[in-house]
Amino acid sequence: MQLRFLLPVTTFAVIAAIMWYALFNLNPAEIPSELVSKPAPEFSLEAIPGFGPALSTADLAKGKVTLLNVFASWCVACIVEHPLLVRLKQENLVDIYGLNYKDKPDAAAKWLTGRGNPYSRTGMDLKGRVGIDFGVYGVPETFVIDGDGKILDKIIGPITEDILENRLRPLLLRAGS
Amino acid sequence: MRLTSIIFLLCSLFLAMSAQALVVDETLDDPVLEARAQEISASIRCLVCQNESILDSDADLAKDLRKIVREHIVAGESNDQVKAFLVARYGDWVLLNPPFKLKTVLLWLGPALIFLFGAIAAFFFVRGRSEGRTVLDIEHLTMEEQAALDQLLADDEDGSARAK
Amino acid sequence: MIAETGQFVLILALITAILQGTLPLIGAARNNVALMRFSGNAALVQFLAISGAFFCLMAGYVTSDFSILNVASNSHSLKPMLYKVTGVWGNHEGSLLLWGWILALFGYSVALFGRNLPDSLKARVLAIQGLIGVGFLTFVLFTSNPFVRLDPAPLDGNGLNPLLQDPGLAFHPPFLYLGYVGLSVTFSFAIAALIEGRVDPAWARWVRPWTLAAWGFLTIGIALGSWWAYYELGWGGWWFWDPVENASFMPWLAATALLHSAIVVEKRDTLKNWTILLAIIAFSLSLLGTFLVRSGVLTSVHAFASDPARGVFILMFLIVVIGGSLLLYGIRAPAMKGGGLFAPISREGALVLNNLLLATAAATVLLGTLYPIFLDAFTGEKVSVGPPYFVATFLPLVIPLVIAMAFGPFLPWKRGDLGGVLSRLKFALAAALVVAGVVWWWQTRAPVMALFGLGLFAWLLVGSLLEWTDRIKLFRVSLANSWKRMIRLPRSAHGMTVAHIGVALVILGITASEAWQTEHLGVMNPGDTVSVGGYEFQFEGARNVAGPNYEALRGTFLATDGNSRIDLYPEQRTYDTPPMKTTEAAIYPMLTADLYVVIGDADGKGGYATRIYHKPFISWIWLGAFVMFLGGALSLSDRRLRLGAPKRQTKAAVPKALSQAKG
Repeated sequence: MQLRFLLPVTTFAVIAAIMWYALFNLNPAEIPSELVSKPAPEFSLEAIPGFGPALSTADLAKGKVTLLNVFASWCVACIVEHPLLVRLKQENLVDIYGLNYKDKPDAAAKWLTGRGNPYSRTGMDLKGRVGIDFGVYGVPETFVIDGDGKILDKIIGPITEDILENRLRPLLLRAGS
Repeated sequence: MRLTSIIFLLCSLFLAMSAQALVVDETLDDPVLEARAQEISASIRCLVCQNESILDSDADLAKDLRKIVREHIVAGESNDQVKAFLVARYGDWVLLNPPFKLKTVLLWLGPALIFLFGAIAAFFFVRGRSEGRTVLDIEHLTMEEQAALDQLLADDEDGSARAK
Repeated sequence: MIAETGQFVLILALITAILQGTLPLIGAARNNVALMRFSGNAALVQFLAISGAFFCLMAGYVTSDFSILNVASNSHSLKPMLYKVTGVWGNHEGSLLLWGWILALFGYSVALFGRNLPDSLKARVLAIQGLIGVGFLTFVLFTSNPFVRLDPAPLDGNGLNPLLQDPGLAFHPPFLYLGYVGLSVTFSFAIAALIEGRVDPAWARWVRPWTLAAWGFLTIGIALGSWWAYYELGWGGWWFWDPVENASFMPWLAATALLHSAIVVEKRDTLKNWTILLAIIAFSLSLLGTFLVRSGVLTSVHAFASDPARGVFILMFLIVVIGGSLLLYGIRAPAMKGGGLFAPISREGALVLNNLLLATAAATVLLGTLYPIFLDAFTGEKVSVGPPYFVATFLPLVIPLVIAMAFGPFLPWKRGDLGGVLSRLKFALAAALVVAGVVWWWQTRAPVMALFGLGLFAWLLVGSLLEWTDRIKLFRVSLANSWKRMIRLPRSAHGMTVAHIGVALVILGITASEAWQTEHLGVMNPGDTVSVGGYEFQFEGARNVAGPNYEALRGTFLATDGNSRIDLYPEQRTYDTPPMKTTEAAIYPMLTADLYVVIGDADGKGGYATRIYHKPFISWIWLGAFVMFLGGALSLSDRRLRLGAPKRQTKAAVPKALSQAKG
């Protein structure tokens, strides 16, 4: 007889516990990649003039881990992460490929000239279709792809020091490059 | 929560780049196909907006996705195939209408279960309150007091006495 | 000076609230009249203190004092005075201060109008109000202080967002908060009853006016928000089942259920435990809504800048208030003994059905709103729950409810005859069939759901009118006699009929506009004409015009239906501080339909993207909501509910006798 009156408070306790967890651990705006553990989609793109060679799916499956960085000259947050990418390139830890998303070739070339080029290869996704095939919905985004062309992880937003140390490096070490 | 602020920077950037206005779409010539395109677009979430469909949103990505929807329809795909194309790239999240999968079973059955639970509780309550119960269960008021009270309460309510 | 004064009175209010929240409770427990009476004085002082703080903040906005951080962030010297004032609550800190002010206002109102309440009950109710106030004031003072100074003060403010400079959006929060916070009074009454250990019909009668007031304000607040979305967002949508909208809709559903179950407690002294629970739940849903929009756990177009630190505080507040009250319920409710008996087919039975459907509806909306969080927390997967889910689950609950709404008022208490009621309603059924039939024959496109919706509208409208005419025995006795009966009918009876008719009108608006909306979306060149909804729309051209703080592309459209000429001037505005674009749709509202025209970008070849809509009967959605509010206001003006009215002294003695008989 007594127990059913405690049902409301127990229901609330469950909801409150979930809300507490959600507050600290969940981010509703971040959508995990659907393509994790799936092969990278097929594509073939021309390089940004002066920043070749060109980029295609085959380049992602050459036996070692690669980073595919989605960027654009009109993207403010990309400015934030770019120095980190340049530094990563200097370390020679991993090949970084640039997917130039919905940009103008000369604007992109000028941007890279001014800020440094961390990319071993670039591809111009003028219409953004390749980006959509990758499930890109914002810029910048970075894909970690293993030697077989399988997507291991997707980093949404600019790569920060924190992400670099705690997420990217361990992943690269595990995958072995 | 730097990540949060960065995400918002990201999204607001995307929004800033998109015209906050009606954009010119390449509508299909065939009205039937165009209607299908709009119907599908209304059920696809705009990923860079908050809680809008790609049909309603003016964001760049929404425009691109609308174009893709139209292209796939013209290519002869069914509604389900078009949606599957997008889900393969963006996950179930991209559908505004949650699919009936194992993970949403509770969501879709929930209302029915809640109603059932409530109905059963209401049933037992009403049964307990119906006059099938013995006289002994009636509490302290005498029959006269109950009748008088009913009369007073009934008079309150409307011009004619309805309670017995 | 203003800010420091405001801060000072806010601290004063907090101290008063602490005293108000504790001393009267002790007084009630020990039967100490002085301590109990103190509650009324404390409520007055708290109200004055928070009013002082509120007006200090408002003074800061009115004088554009940008040394106050809140003013600098959310106001601007160029803003029209009206929006400087309404900007006070257009931000997180200010809106919380508004919340606290309305809380104190209601507390003071209970003290003022509750002269007829027994001392112990009044003391406990005001104490609970005080405790809630303590929570809010602590939250404001420690995490969301509106009086923080900015040094050096900027030359001008940051807050010129054109979207917020709008009458609909400016007045929507106050009404909404009046509703949310009004529910705190019923909550306090419920907790007081649990502490007291009894619920009697007198309690329900005291609670009813506060529930009516809160419900009425909530109705207006939601309607205003919906209407704003309709005319501002540019495609005529008015409800999106967005988490923040749901956050206001759930308390409304609970408040509606509460209104009806409280009647059963009042008339028949039963359904008490459920009503107490409902009063707790209604306010809890208000608080939950506050949490959802300010903590960042959900994405929404409306969300204030989210801050997890604030989210933690609100969540803790929720746990204390909701968890505490539900725990109290779990402990004390079993001791409450129920009263009246009734047959399943009776007014009580109908009201139980009403509550079952409304409560399930509220729970369903809650499930849909929180499900993405649940799934993410347990499986890490993301899913989105949008309008299709809510429509699919909400409609099956609303339809039986509307059907029952015509039956319920006909049913007598204790035991009713369903067959008799049905025969009285046969005109309503006939009306429903006739309306559906006529529309089916007349319209080329008549989806079944739409016909059914119109049938429901007619059923409810005619059914409500039939019940009312039945009560005054219209055409069965002389007109003078009917008139006399009508005058003598208590206002709450009229209020019920009016409110139910309001619902019918809303159903009409929704059904007609959803089913028979016609539109043209496409590029138009100057001189083009399209036919939409029986009107010919000619696009005459577009040109750039300059507004006070914006540049606009203004289109000129001429709509004719053969009888009238209507000029429509939609605009696309570009503001530069802050840089943003808005669409100002050109809307021509009529009782039969709205004409809705939007102009968009140029296509570079001389044409423009346009959207032209013909939305039948859509204004009835908001008119109907207003009629519902009128019904509530009518009921509220019922003399019997005005506490302190001497006429009902004898009637008050009966509930007293009843409660004494129960001991």
